Amino acid sequence: MKKNGTIRKLLNYIGKYKVLMALSMLMGLIRVASALYLPILTAYAIDYMVDKGKVDFAGIKKYLVIMAVCIVITVISQWIMGLLNNHVTYNVIENLRNDSIKKIQRIPLRILDKFSSGDLLNRMGADCDQVGDGLLLGFSQGFVSLFTIIITLVFMIKLNWIITLVVVLLTPISFFVASFISKRSYNMYVKQSLTRSEQTAFINEILPNEQIVHGYSYEDRAIERFDEINDRLSEYSLKATFFSSITNPATRFVNNLVYAAVGILGVIFVIKGHITVGVLSGFLSYANQYTKPFNDITSVMTELQNAIACAGRIFEFLELEEEDEDLLADNLEKMGATEKAEGDSKSIGKNGSADDKKLVRTENSDGEKLAKNESADGNKASFENAKALGKKSNVNEKNTEILTGKGVTFGYDKDYPILKDLDFSVYNGRKCAIVGPTGCGKTTIINLIMRFYDLDAGHIYLEGDDIEKISKKLLRKKVGMVLQDTWLSHGTIADNISFGKPDATREEIINAAKSCYAHSFIKRLPNGYDTEISESGNNLSRGQKQLLCIARVMLVKPEVLILDEATSNIDTLTEVKVVKAFDKLMEGRTSLIVAHRLQTIQNADCIFVLNGGKIVEEGRHEELLSKSGFYAGIYNSQFV
Amino acid sequence: MKKLLVYLKEYRLQCFLGPLFKLLEAMFDLIVPIVMAGLIDNGISGHDNDIIVSRALILVGLAIVGLTCSITAQYFAAKAAIGFTKNVRSALFKHIQKLSYSQIEELSSSTLITRMTSDMTQLQSGVNMALRLFLRSPFIVFGAVIMAFTIDVKEALIFTVMIPLLAIVVFYVMLKTMPLYKKVQERLDTITGRTDENLKGVYVIRAFRREKDFVEDFEEDNSKLKNVQVHVGRVAALMNPLTYLILNAALLAVVYVGGIEINVGALKTGQIIALINYMTQILVELIKLADTIILTTKAVSCGNRVQSIFDVEPEFGVSGVSEDKDRAAVLEAIKEGISKEGSYESSDATAGNKTDNKTDNKAVSQNDIKTGNKKSNKGKGSGKVKGKKDKSSNGGKVGNDSGSGEYILEFDDVTFAYKNAGAPSIENISFKVRPGETVGIIGVTGSGKSTVVNLVPRFFDVTEGKILFKGKDIREYNLKELRKNISPVFQKANLISGTVRDNMKLAAPDATDADIEKALKVSDSYDFIKAKKGFLDFKIAEGAGNLSGGQKQRLCIARGVVKKPELLILDDSFSALDFKTERRVRQEIFDMGLNTSVIIVSQRVSSINGCEKIIVLDDGKIMGIGNHETLLKECEVYREICESQNVLEAS
Repeated sequence: MKKNGTIRKLLNYIGKYKVLMALSMLMGLIRVASALYLPILTAYAIDYMVDKGKVDFAGIKKYLVIMAVCIVITVISQWIMGLLNNHVTYNVIENLRNDSIKKIQRIPLRILDKFSSGDLLNRMGADCDQVGDGLLLGFSQGFVSLFTIIITLVFMIKLNWIITLVVVLLTPISFFVASFISKRSYNMYVKQSLTRSEQTAFINEILPNEQIVHGYSYEDRAIERFDEINDRLSEYSLKATFFSSITNPATRFVNNLVYAAVGILGVIFVIKGHITVGVLSGFLSYANQYTKPFNDITSVMTELQNAIACAGRIFEFLELEEEDEDLLADNLEKMGATEKAEGDSKSIGKNGSADDKKLVRTENSDGEKLAKNESADGNKASFENAKALGKKSNVNEKNTEILTGKGVTFGYDKDYPILKDLDFSVYNGRKCAIVGPTGCGKTTIINLIMRFYDLDAGHIYLEGDDIEKISKKLLRKKVGMVLQDTWLSHGTIADNISFGKPDATREEIINAAKSCYAHSFIKRLPNGYDTEISESGNNLSRGQKQLLCIARVMLVKPEVLILDEATSNIDTLTEVKVVKAFDKLMEGRTSLIVAHRLQTIQNADCIFVLNGGKIVEEGRHEELLSKSGFYAGIYNSQFV
Repeated sequence: MKKLLVYLKEYRLQCFLGPLFKLLEAMFDLIVPIVMAGLIDNGISGHDNDIIVSRALILVGLAIVGLTCSITAQYFAAKAAIGFTKNVRSALFKHIQKLSYSQIEELSSSTLITRMTSDMTQLQSGVNMALRLFLRSPFIVFGAVIMAFTIDVKEALIFTVMIPLLAIVVFYVMLKTMPLYKKVQERLDTITGRTDENLKGVYVIRAFRREKDFVEDFEEDNSKLKNVQVHVGRVAALMNPLTYLILNAALLAVVYVGGIEINVGALKTGQIIALINYMTQILVELIKLADTIILTTKAVSCGNRVQSIFDVEPEFGVSGVSEDKDRAAVLEAIKEGISKEGSYESSDATAGNKTDNKTDNKAVSQNDIKTGNKKSNKGKGSGKVKGKKDKSSNGGKVGNDSGSGEYILEFDDVTFAYKNAGAPSIENISFKVRPGETVGIIGVTGSGKSTVVNLVPRFFDVTEGKILFKGKDIREYNLKELRKNISPVFQKANLISGTVRDNMKLAAPDATDADIEKALKVSDSYDFIKAKKGFLDFKIAEGAGNLSGGQKQRLCIARGVVKKPELLILDDSFSALDFKTERRVRQEIFDMGLNTSVIIVSQRVSSINGCEKIIVLDDGKIMGIGNHETLLKECEVYREICESQNVLEAS
C-alpha cells in the first residue's frame, strides 16, 4: 500500500540516526519504568497509613527516599530523550529539504514543468514542517506510550491479575474508537492538503503578477476566486480538524469508564480482603496512566496521518526519475582535492586546442567562401553539394561540423510535435542564425541543444558526438547561452557576472562587464560590483539585467554560443555595441542566434528559416533574399 | 496580533460556547476523584452495596456528560478557529490586492506567500488549541487546588507552593522560546525564497553547471534553519522534566503530610488517593497548558507577522477594491457632459459596456461596421502593403478631426522619482494625446519610457506636475474607474493559469466569445489558439509553459484589446514577435476602430515609425515630438537610433 511505502521511506531517512534513536528509546524505557514504579511505591507508602494513630513513619520515609530517586531518574532521562528527539527530527527534515532541492536541480525539465512552483514551495515548506511535527510527536510520545502500556501491564499483573484483566479488556475499546476516527479524518487531511496546495499555487501566481491584476482591475475577481478556494479549504479543514479532535474526548470517555470499573471492582476486592487500599490507589493511578498512552498513541496517530499524507507528497516528488550521469561526475569531483589541478590542466588543454582551431580556420577561410559562393544561387541541391564539400573537407580537418541536427523531432507534449524531423549543421567558427515566426520552435531548439529537454526522435551531435552520449556537464561547459528570460541569482553583481566561473578574478569580471558595456552602469550603482541584487532584481532595469546576462557568458568564453533573442531587451544603441562585443567574442567560436531583428544577423554565415517546425530555407542573407521566399517576405515586411 | 482578533468577531458565539463546554467538561472531571474517594472511604468502611452502585452510576453518568460537552466544545473551537483563519486569509489577500505594485515588490512575494500559507496554518492551530485549552487547563489547575482545600487545608498548602513554581517554569520557557520561534519563521522564509530562486533559475543554473553550488547554498541556509529549530527545541525540552520534578516533589510532600494527617485522624486513605489524583490531573493539564502556550506563542508571532502586512498602508487612498461612490458620480457627470458634446464616441461605447443595453448594441454594431471595413480593406490591399498604411493614417485623421482640442491624455510638466532614488527618472514631461491617436515612445534603455506609461494607470504617482485623463487629473478618479478605460500590455507576458477565455475575461469580465475571438484575431492569436485542444477552453499552464514567448505576448495583447479600452498602452509588448507578426498585429490594432488611442513604447524604430506622433526620450527628458519625417530632420537622438537600426538605408 502507498501509505506503508511512505512510512518505510520515512524510516530510511531516520535510519541514519539509528544510534541516537536507540539511545532515545532506551531513555524512554528508563523514564517510563521509573515513572511507573512511583504508583507502586506510593501504594506501599499508603499501606503504612492504616488509620488514626496507626501510621508507620519509618516505613513511609523509606519509600519516600526510593520515590525521590525514581523522580530524579525520570527527570534526567526525560530531558535527554527530548534533546535526542529534537536533534533527530530536525536533521531528518533538513535532509528531506536538502534532497528536495537536489531533486529540483536534477530532474529533467520535462518533469519539473508538470509541477507548479507554488505546489513545490508548499511541499518543501508546510509539508516538511508537518512531517517534522509528526515525527517529533511520534518519537517523544509514540515510544513512551508503547513502553507505558507494557510496563503498566507488568506492574498491574504483579498487583492483581483479575483487575488487570478488566483493564486490559476494556482499554482496547478506546484504541478502536480512535483508529475508526483517524481513518475518517485521513481522507479529509488529504483533501485539505490538496486544496491548500491549490491555494498556494493561486497565491503564487497572483502576487508576482500584481501589475496585471491592478492594470485590469482584476483585484475583485482575484479575491472572489481566492475566496472560493478559501471556502473549500476551510470546509475540509473544519472536517479534518473536527473529526480528529473527537479522538481525545472519545478515548477519554472510555478511560473514564475504565476508571470507574477499576474503582468499583477494587472496592469490592478491598472489602473481600483480596487487596489493600494502597494497592487500589496504585491501580487507580495505573488505570489512569494505562489509558493515557492509548490516548497519546491515537493523537500521535492522527498527527502522523497528517504527516504521512505530507511525506507522501514529498516522496512523490523525491522519487521522480533523475537526469542521468552527471551526479556521478559530481560526486567524483567532490571527492578529490585534485579537482583544481585537473581543471587547470584542462583549461590549458582547451586553450591549446582553441588556438589550433583558429589556425585551421584562417587557413581555411578561403575554401569556405568558395563553398558558400557555390551555393549562392540559392538552389537547394547546390547547397547540398556545399554540404557534401564541407563533409569532405572534414576529413582534412577543415570546415568541421560542430553542431549537427539529424531528424530532430520534439514536442513538449509528445502528441503535438513542435519540431518535425529537422536537419541542420553549424560549421566550426561560423555564425548561424535561426529566424522564423513566433511559436515556430526556435527557442525549443536551444532547449534541446542545451539538453534541458531530450529529443523525441533524431540526434544532435556536438563535434561529432551525440549530445545524449556526452555528459551534460561537458556539453554545457562547451555551449554557453543567453536566454530571453533575464534571470539573475541572489548575491552581488560580481557574483552574477562570474556565475559560470565562480573563481574569476575581479579583473576578469570587470573586463567582461566592460566588453559588453555593462561597466558604466555598474560603477554607478551604490556599491558598484558589490551591489546586492534584490530578490526580484527590481533594482535593475530589464536592459541592465540583460547586459549582466551577456557579461555572464562573456566571462565563460564557451566554444559554442547560443543567443536566444539575447538582445531583444536592450535598446538598439546599446545593442550595436553589444553585437560588436559579441562579434569579438564569437571570433573562433561557433554561434547560433535566435533573432527577430534581421539586421543583426545579416552578416551571419548561415541563416535557418524555421516555419511550422521545419526548416523551410537556409543560406546567407543575400541568397535568401534573392530567393524571394519566406525569408524575403519577413525581411521586406519590416521596412514598410 | 490584537488587531487580527476582529476577524474572530463573527464567531463570538463559538468562542464563548467552545470554552464554556470545555469548562463544563472540566467540572465533571474535577468531581470524579471526590466521588471515588467517597466510594473508597464509605464503601469499604460501610460495606455498603447501595453506595457502591450509586457511585458507580454517578461515575458513568459523569463520563457520558463529559463526552457530550467535550465533543460540542471541540466542534465550536474548530469552527471558530477555522472560520477565523478563513477570514484573516481572505482579508489579507484583499489587503494585498490594495497595495500598490511597488509595495508588493518591496515586501517580496515569497514573504507574502509564507504569510498567506504556513503562517495561517500555525495561526489556525494556535487559535484552536487556545480556545480548547486556555480556559480549561487553568480551570482544572485552580479547581483542583480548591478541591484540595475542601479535603484538607495542610495538604492544600502544598498545592499552593507547587503551582507558582510550575508557573515560573512554564513562563520562563515560554518567554525564552517566543523570540526564537520568530527566528525559525524568518529562516523558513529564506528557505522558501531560495527554493523559488532555484525553480525560476533552473535553466541558467543548469546551463552554467552551478547546480551543486545552489544546492550547497540552500543546504547552508537549511542548516541554519535547523540550528535555530534545535535551539528552540532544547529550551522547550526543559519544560516537561522540570514540571515533572516539581509536581512529584509535591507528591512526596503530600504522601508524607498525608501520613501525619491520617495519624491524627484528619484524613482518610481514600482522600489521599483523591489528592494524588488531583495532582496527576494538574500535571496533565499543565503539560497541555505548556503545549498550548508554545503553540499560541507560535501563533501569536505568526499573527504579528501577518499583522505587520496589514499595517502596510496602501499607497493610494483610492483603491480598486472599494468603490468610492462620490467619485463615481462625479465621473458619470463628466462622462455625460462629454457625450452630450459629442466630442467622441468611444466614451459612449465604454459606458455602454457598463450598464446601458442600448448603447451596448450600438457599440457592437459599431464594431461590426469597423470589422466589415477592415475586411474589405484587407481584400483590396492583401498584396500591397502600402494600401494598409494609408488606411491607418486615415483612421487616425478621423479621430483627430472629431477630437478638435479634446485630449484623452495630457502630461503636464510631469516629474517622477522612485522612492529612495536620488534623481528623478523622468523630468518635465509634457505631451498630449488625442482620442484615436497613435503615439510612439522611443528611447534607449533607462530613458524612462516605461516609467512614463506606468504613471498613466497610477502604478505610481507623479512627484510633480499632473496627468489628465479626459481632462481630469487622474488622482481625482476612482482607481477602478480610471483603469477601466486603460489597457496596459507589458513586455513580460504574464498570463494566469486557466483557459484562454479566463485570461481574456481577466481584462473584460463581460466579454462574449465573439469579443474574445475578435481580440484574438486582432492580436494574430486566433490561428494558433484555434489549433489548440479546446480552442477558447485551451488550458494555459502556470507560467504559460505550454506557449511560446511570442504566443504569450500575443495573448497579452489580445487581453489588452478585448477590453475595448479608450487608451491602449503597449509597453514593449512586441519584443518577442518577429517583424512580420508584429507588423500584422500593429496594423490590426490601428484598424480595430473604437477610436482607441494607442501608445506604443519600443526601442525599435520600425515599431513606432508609423505612429502619428513619436515622443523621443533620453535620460528621462523629451528630446523631440513629431512624426517620423520631422524627427529625422530635427531630432539628433532619433536620427542616431534610426541609424543604429539601419532604418535610414531602407527608406
